[in-house]
Amino acid sequence: MLVYLGRRLNLLVITLFILCAGSFALAFLFPGDPLTNLSGLANPDEQLRQQLMHKYALDQGFFASLWQYFQLIFAGDWGISMRSGSSVFEEVTRTLPASIELSVYAMVLSLFIGLPLGIFSGLSHRKALDRGILSFSLIGYSVPVFWLALLMILVFALKLGVLPMSDRVSLLYDVPLNTGFVLLDILQSDMEHREAALQNAFAHLILPTLSLTVFTCSLIVRLTRRSVINVMDSDYIKAAYAKGMSRSEVVWQHGLKNALIPIMPQLVMQFTLLMTNAMIVEVIFSWPGIGEWMIQAIYQRDFPSIRGGMLAVSVVVVSFTISMDVLLKLLYPLSKRQLHAQV
Amino acid sequence: MKKNIALLLGVLPMVFALGACQDNRTRELAEQGLIYCSEGNPLSFNPQLDISGTTVDATSHQVYNRLLDFDSETGKVVPNLATSWLVSEDGLTYTFQLRKDVAFHSTAFFKPSRPFNADDVLFSINRWRLKDHPFHHVSGGSYPYFDSLGLNKVVVEVNKINGYRVEIKLSRPDSSFLATLATDFSVILSQEYAEQLLAAGTPELLDTQPVGTGPFQFVSFREDNHVRYHRNPDYWGEQQTQQQLIYDITPSSSMRLAKLITGECDVIAFPAQTELRIVEERGDLILDEKPGLNIGFWAFNTAKPPFNDARVRKALTMAVDKRTLIDAVYFDSAIAAKGLLPPTSWAFDDTRKETHYNPVMARQLLDEAGIGTGFTMDIWAMPVERAYNPNATKMAEIMQNYLQQVGVKARIVSYEWGTFRRLLAQGQHDSVLIGWTADSGDPDNFYRPLLSCSAIASGTNRANWCSEEYDDLIDQALAHTDENMRLTIYRQANDILEEQMPLFPIAHAYRFQAYRKEIKGLTINPFGGIQFAGVVKESR
Repeated sequence: MLVYLGRRLNLLVITLFILCAGSFALAFLFPGDPLTNLSGLANPDEQLRQQLMHKYALDQGFFASLWQYFQLIFAGDWGISMRSGSSVFEEVTRTLPASIELSVYAMVLSLFIGLPLGIFSGLSHRKALDRGILSFSLIGYSVPVFWLALLMILVFALKLGVLPMSDRVSLLYDVPLNTGFVLLDILQSDMEHREAALQNAFAHLILPTLSLTVFTCSLIVRLTRRSVINVMDSDYIKAAYAKGMSRSEVVWQHGLKNALIPIMPQLVMQFTLLMTNAMIVEVIFSWPGIGEWMIQAIYQRDFPSIRGGMLAVSVVVVSFTISMDVLLKLLYPLSKRQLHAQV
Repeated sequence: MKKNIALLLGVLPMVFALGACQDNRTRELAEQGLIYCSEGNPLSFNPQLDISGTTVDATSHQVYNRLLDFDSETGKVVPNLATSWLVSEDGLTYTFQLRKDVAFHSTAFFKPSRPFNADDVLFSINRWRLKDHPFHHVSGGSYPYFDSLGLNKVVVEVNKINGYRVEIKLSRPDSSFLATLATDFSVILSQEYAEQLLAAGTPELLDTQPVGTGPFQFVSFREDNHVRYHRNPDYWGEQQTQQQLIYDITPSSSMRLAKLITGECDVIAFPAQTELRIVEERGDLILDEKPGLNIGFWAFNTAKPPFNDARVRKALTMAVDKRTLIDAVYFDSAIAAKGLLPPTSWAFDDTRKETHYNPVMARQLLDEAGIGTGFTMDIWAMPVERAYNPNATKMAEIMQNYLQQVGVKARIVSYEWGTFRRLLAQGQHDSVLIGWTADSGDPDNFYRPLLSCSAIASGTNRANWCSEEYDDLIDQALAHTDENMRLTIYRQANDILEEQMPLFPIAHAYRFQAYRKEIKGLTINPFGGIQFAGVVKESR
């Protein structure tokens, strides 16, 4: 086990290292002065230029400056946003939680809806219920997320007028910024109208979360269904029936566990896909997350922000993937044999 | 298993119900704030430094007061922080009596120790007037409005007579001076706050963390997101019913409209021309319109023959039917212009007649001037959308058609906006479709920048037209403070313009304001930025 853990940690460190190096290279690949791309300070005068040269160790050769860059990244000095003039790291820590929050809620909702539906569908293989669920999941899987989001705005916000369509909480509520997760922030705060604010935040969450959920949920339904069908066809299930166990006993004691374990890694991996979709949905719902922030940065050619945003998102995705991998291996020791990393 | 399905089906509606149910408390709270969806970030929180509409809308009438104000109905100058004023016989000395017991905002970053007094007036005026003032060069040192009028040369002295009396001395009589003090840019800053900031070594905060005497006080600003104001509890005027005023920064106009429909905004900035019908058709939204202080016109470059001939200019204006232009380009959201001034101005001359569409007469005049059929000219159409001309290219196309009927061939010319303005200033055009938006209710703000000789150099006289007689008249008008006297003089100036026709006034566009039905007391201020003082939000 320790060997396995070591290998995964190794993988994590090396991947992060490569990501950092990649983001460092971006500063040179973007158009313009690498020094400006790194620091975010446009047109520095001679004195400032010298200072920056020294700070980023650009005058001491490639490896020295790369090493210097790592140290700065770890110290939280990611340069300055050319757009707003504030620290990129601060802006990332403000916007990233909003995206993660949205993705987490969508993931939880998808699991809550997708898993049971997939199981029902798998258990009633080739019956009307199965066909119904399957066709719905096919539709959900095929609908583009951005189109669905627009449709939801049209129906629920503009036509019915029951739900808001932009931002995380009405601006009337002055939610203090602590963790960056809006629900947590409201709960932690000592605001006057906490419950009303919480309700308002929930209302703002519904449309973006649902737009994301439809796709992920459809995927989960299809994965679960396939796995349940496979397991229920296997010999040990037949043996269990032969022992005289009832259907519900068989399903609960043998079927589900065996059906869910193999798809766990796949389910977890949906989260990264979800993050990507979340970034699209953010733009449509003016959700102040990293996706919207990066789109704005791209529009305005704010290279330090683009660099920082890409690094932050990839670090989150990589760390999440690897840590989930480790967690799953700990929970289900059966797969311990797969010692090597898989792509 | 059935139970499970039931449970599952229960999840979805539950999620909806959580959001949809709004109890009374939420509503009560929502009523305590007003959300205005604005079109962009204010560049500064001090309108002395930036004359863009976005900055003015966000600050002028919310955070600050001015010495004087415009009455939004009549356009006359009315008291604000100055309760009364006296102009000396020679029109060179202005004395202002200041309002007492006016408190500056008491905020998290500044606690005033004294009320507003003469020192604040001196500070606010001297900041833009004196180059050696400690705050003159803070935040750039450029004061576009005052610089463009050359006011630092007009105002020669600002004196404090006592704590509540200020005297301003001018170098020449200027009857538009009171109007200048009432514009959105002549705000009164706190001298005490400035001194504190200077002592703390952060003078630039004066323009980013503002303190004023206005109905709302600054709380926070997040770029591309929002500006938050709370009501000023110590406001000297009528107290606001709204606890908060929030600017939700939403650059896309369709997004603003959508937010207005869902109720996420109470008022929106600049509804697009094409979206006006949607607002009108909905029962829960209100669309207000008012003729704005602007003019869209067709200027002839009088420095270039044959446009130096008044007969040619008159003929060309007669060849075009103004009504069609207004229908097709402004979608009836403008009124036909009779002269430079819109009807909202006190100096509007309603005895004046419009030029009539008369192609036969036009041809006759052209023949007299020796312009045969097949004459070719350029019409420059500005590439951007402005209230005074929402679609210059379309207008030019229609005009092209009309001109063809009198045997004039018109070519439409357009460049990127920066290049367009540069070449225009160089006088390379034959004629141009452009316009003007005034900053104050004073008629001088139209007559001088558009057609005076000195405006050729500063680049606002698009006709490159210079008439000493006309310049004398508008200078004379400024020397008088009596409005009837000024009106008579402006009539004479109008006579010259009608005779000479250096530019063809087309239309005064309406200004629009869209808001929800619950909002009461919001009026369009034709003389500048939006005002939220006194706006009430009723329960739905």
